[in-house]
Amino acid sequence: MIYIFYFIVYGFLLTAVIGLLASWIDRKVTARVQYRVGPPILQPLIDIVKLLGKETLIPVNASKITFLLAPVIGLASVILVSTLLWLNNIDTSNTVIGDLIAVLYLLVIPSLSIMMGGFASANPLASIGASREMKLVLGYELPFILAVLVVVIKSGFSIKIGEILNFQIQNGVIAGSISGTLALIVAILCIQAKLALVPFDAPEAETEIVGGPLIEYSGAGLAIYKLMKNMLLFVLPFFLMILFMGGFRFDGIHLLYGILKYIGLVALITVIRNTNPRVRIDQAVRFFWGPMTAIAVVAVVLALRGL
Amino acid sequence: MSLKLKALLKSPWVFHLSTGSCNNCDIEVLDCLTPRFDIERFGMLLAGSIKHADVLLITGSCNRQSVTRLKRLYEQVPKPCLVVAIGECALSRGLFIDSYNCPEPLDKIIPVDVYIPGCPPKPEAIIAGVVKLIEKVKGKK
Repeated sequence: MIYIFYFIVYGFLLTAVIGLLASWIDRKVTARVQYRVGPPILQPLIDIVKLLGKETLIPVNASKITFLLAPVIGLASVILVSTLLWLNNIDTSNTVIGDLIAVLYLLVIPSLSIMMGGFASANPLASIGASREMKLVLGYELPFILAVLVVVIKSGFSIKIGEILNFQIQNGVIAGSISGTLALIVAILCIQAKLALVPFDAPEAETEIVGGPLIEYSGAGLAIYKLMKNMLLFVLPFFLMILFMGGFRFDGIHLLYGILKYIGLVALITVIRNTNPRVRIDQAVRFFWGPMTAIAVVAVVLALRGL
Repeated sequence: MSLKLKALLKSPWVFHLSTGSCNNCDIEVLDCLTPRFDIERFGMLLAGSIKHADVLLITGSCNRQSVTRLKRLYEQVPKPCLVVAIGECALSRGLFIDSYNCPEPLDKIIPVDVYIPGCPPKPEAIIAGVVKLIEKVKGKK
């Protein structure tokens, strides 16, 4: 019963509210960088309410069931991930063996759902976008998992999120060490690709393939995808906070630190997004398999030597 | 007014369609997105795909080539949607009123909600037109 409470209140409602706020911060900072005023604070919510009220169109040649189911699968996996993270963050004894691995698997499913939707919608541009998304997933997963491996090694070969948090409460944050800092840099660039934000937004390039896999979605399907992306904007930085920065603590001054850590990460992502041009998909894959993997391997070796 | 319509007026995503214009109106439409005018203040975004759009901005004189495309695109907009005609050509075919290639004005082909005259209209005029459109929809319901 308590898990259903966690699922609805923390996993869905709280994550959605923070995600929508984060998406507003992202749009507002982007506007300020371009000397504009930017949208009002409720804008992301209004967008989603509007999209829910619109007609849902299904292309003639589309595979109907996959087309309608893909956004729901993505949203469900994001809600599951955020429930797991909140459970571990609120009470570190809630942990089970291997929940870190479960989170890593569940975090790929939003990308998979975008691919499914893209291929199911029978549109050439959507197919191009989906195949780029596939290449991007192949690209960033290797350095991302190596970066997570650094955390596992530093916390005494533990694959429980709760133990990683406990380790950081006792021994200081993992980002404080050399290997932790290197892994954090790699992980931030990987979540930039996971969120499909600007240097790595080739799958959804608005100006080139007009939204990629989302091109045929309208109404409720698009609303669910937007909500999923906004929630990912909370879930992924939160995951990095848990792994590298000791998570979100609710006692006294640590609450303020937690909020600052989160806003700092979102602002960093937004600044990276606003100061870089889009790279081609082959450049992105080369970037992740070349320098990023090399840095991650160096971080793993340093972590094994105890640095 | 229903919640659906209220949200639509607070975040109208715009799709921009040229049916054979001379591109001046299109340039003025794009000017609305620049920092000087910044229509994202009102939640407006330029949608790339017709399936994401709420408002159809139409420029140009509706020549024979583009009329079929125009009808097809109008059928693809998820309803409820609004249509705005921008520029003299879209209103009355302007200079091309006697041309063999422009048989019918825009509002005989699809229903139009608001007309913005000018050749080309200024960005201020376009924004004022959209404000009038929002007030019209508010008053209607």
